[in-house]
Amino acid sequence: MRATRRAVLSVGAGLASGFAFGAPASGALRSNFVQPIAPGIYAHFGQLALTTPANEGDIANLAFVIGKRAVAVIDTGGSVAVGARLLEAVRAVTDKPVRYVVNTHEHPDHVFGNAAFLGTGCVFVGHHNLPNSLARRGPYYLRSYRDQLGAAAIAEVRIVPPTLLVHAPVTLDLGGRRLRLAAWSPAHSDCDLTVFDDATGTLLSGDLDFLEHVPVVDGSLEGWLDVLRSLPDIPARMVLPGHGRLIAAWPVATDDERRYLERLKADSLRMIAEGVPLEAATARIGISERSRWELFNAYNGRNATVAYTELEWE
Amino acid sequence: MGVMVVTTPNDPKPIGRRRLGALAAAGLAAAGLGSARADDASETPDSWPVLRPMIFGKQQVADGSKLIALDAPYRALDAAMVPISVQLLADPGRVRRLTLVIDQNPVPLAARFTLGDRSGIGLIATRVRVNDYTNIRAVAELDDATLRGVARFVKAAGGCSAPMAKEEAGSIALGTMRFRELPGKPGTALREAQLMIRHPNNSGMQMDQLTQLYIPAHYITSVRIFQGTDLLLAAETGVSMAQNPELRFSFRPNGASTFRAEAIDNKGKHFTGEWPAEAAS
Repeated sequence: MRATRRAVLSVGAGLASGFAFGAPASGALRSNFVQPIAPGIYAHFGQLALTTPANEGDIANLAFVIGKRAVAVIDTGGSVAVGARLLEAVRAVTDKPVRYVVNTHEHPDHVFGNAAFLGTGCVFVGHHNLPNSLARRGPYYLRSYRDQLGAAAIAEVRIVPPTLLVHAPVTLDLGGRRLRLAAWSPAHSDCDLTVFDDATGTLLSGDLDFLEHVPVVDGSLEGWLDVLRSLPDIPARMVLPGHGRLIAAWPVATDDERRYLERLKADSLRMIAEGVPLEAATARIGISERSRWELFNAYNGRNATVAYTELEWE
Repeated sequence: MGVMVVTTPNDPKPIGRRRLGALAAAGLAAAGLGSARADDASETPDSWPVLRPMIFGKQQVADGSKLIALDAPYRALDAAMVPISVQLLADPGRVRRLTLVIDQNPVPLAARFTLGDRSGIGLIATRVRVNDYTNIRAVAELDDATLRGVARFVKAAGGCSAPMAKEEAGSIALGTMRFRELPGKPGTALREAQLMIRHPNNSGMQMDQLTQLYIPAHYITSVRIFQGTDLLLAAETGVSMAQNPELRFSFRPNGASTFRAEAIDNKGKHFTGEWPAEAAS
């Protein structure tokens, strides 16, 4: 943890001194909705919170990347209002067209803002499993998020499946700038996609990397640990995590998350071997990590359930 | 999630037949999708006055709090995987059947257990789906045919229509069973055992938006577990049981050298397994 924090700070300092480049338009900065994190890359840091009507589902990190000819948006936020603010921020810094909207996976806090981009003529891009995940879960999300987001906000949301699907690595050419998209096997979700800008060495990890915010396991615990064996091979210099209000050095930014997931696994396997039933095990699995993460109490019990019920069949 | 106030309206919302459904006709329950949650989130309708006669006929259900302890999380961690357990506190030998009801689920009758004679069963635990804020009930039928019940309120939502856990890699075949004995409560002659069955237990309430069709219900309907030739526990189960159904129970060892389990799903597939008993001690 300490080593990671230091790495984070050093990258942060490097960024601060590098802000001369790109001369971001004042509009975006005035709104404070996005910040430049590398030449031509702007990030919006979502809150470390659960979705509420008050925060409009603005809980995930979002980004856009500007090339010579076009813009790519990476994730659109947890409501159409957040998506609209992101589009406004794009418009404040560039008049180049939004050619791509990339969804890093199907969770509402990353895709519910898609509708804000429907009028831009963009192509929606996602993991080859994303259409299926949205088909199966979309109606459920719309229903179950009514309470969390509010009926009016939900009424605006459209489930927009991607039309450009990523199987093998795909390169998006924005003009003088190439984004490399990789589709991963089930890890955080069933449809995790990463976006790597090799010009600046910036990785937009989606929720394959969590910092500060406790990781959420919705795909496969074993699968995620497996992905974490090759994810660090991406030759990035720094990462914008899916959650966590910071830019971090790569690949040490995966260390905290890996430690947490390994802890879930080790605790689960021990409980299963000892015959501790699920209801008792979930109160203990991962608990030693409590002080290290935000929103631990909101998610750890569910993570423990997922870990235990996955591993009891190993 | 907003604050939920539980009320008992004087005029409970009538529930049509399809709301209860039959254990064998879960497909019908898809029609109840989305209706389980009252639009006014400030109240959970009390459907028990309607459910009770549909499940138990004219019989009254007396307070069973001295006989049964029902344990369920007040707030479910995962609505599609809610662990519940029922302990028989007194006269466990008098309990013939045990029924689990989840009032607000599209198919409220979750499971009906028959306890084998001399099985000694004092605990039954399983995992269920919970589709809404709801009462969960355990009702015991005694050897004199009287009913005793208890209820617990559980906060959870979306368990039945929530997409099942991930399509597992297919490395474990449908119907694969795992059985193991667990240490029983110290100081008793009872032991515990766990049966797990690999099965999607699709509720029939998950819609594929590409085809606009519901994924057909596919679930375990019946389980029987034997110690040697003696029936330990039989269960009729419905779509409220969670994916990969699990049963954990205490029992009195009878010296038999094997355990055996049989299960059937709603497509008529039979699954069986047999395991050696741990060296009788």
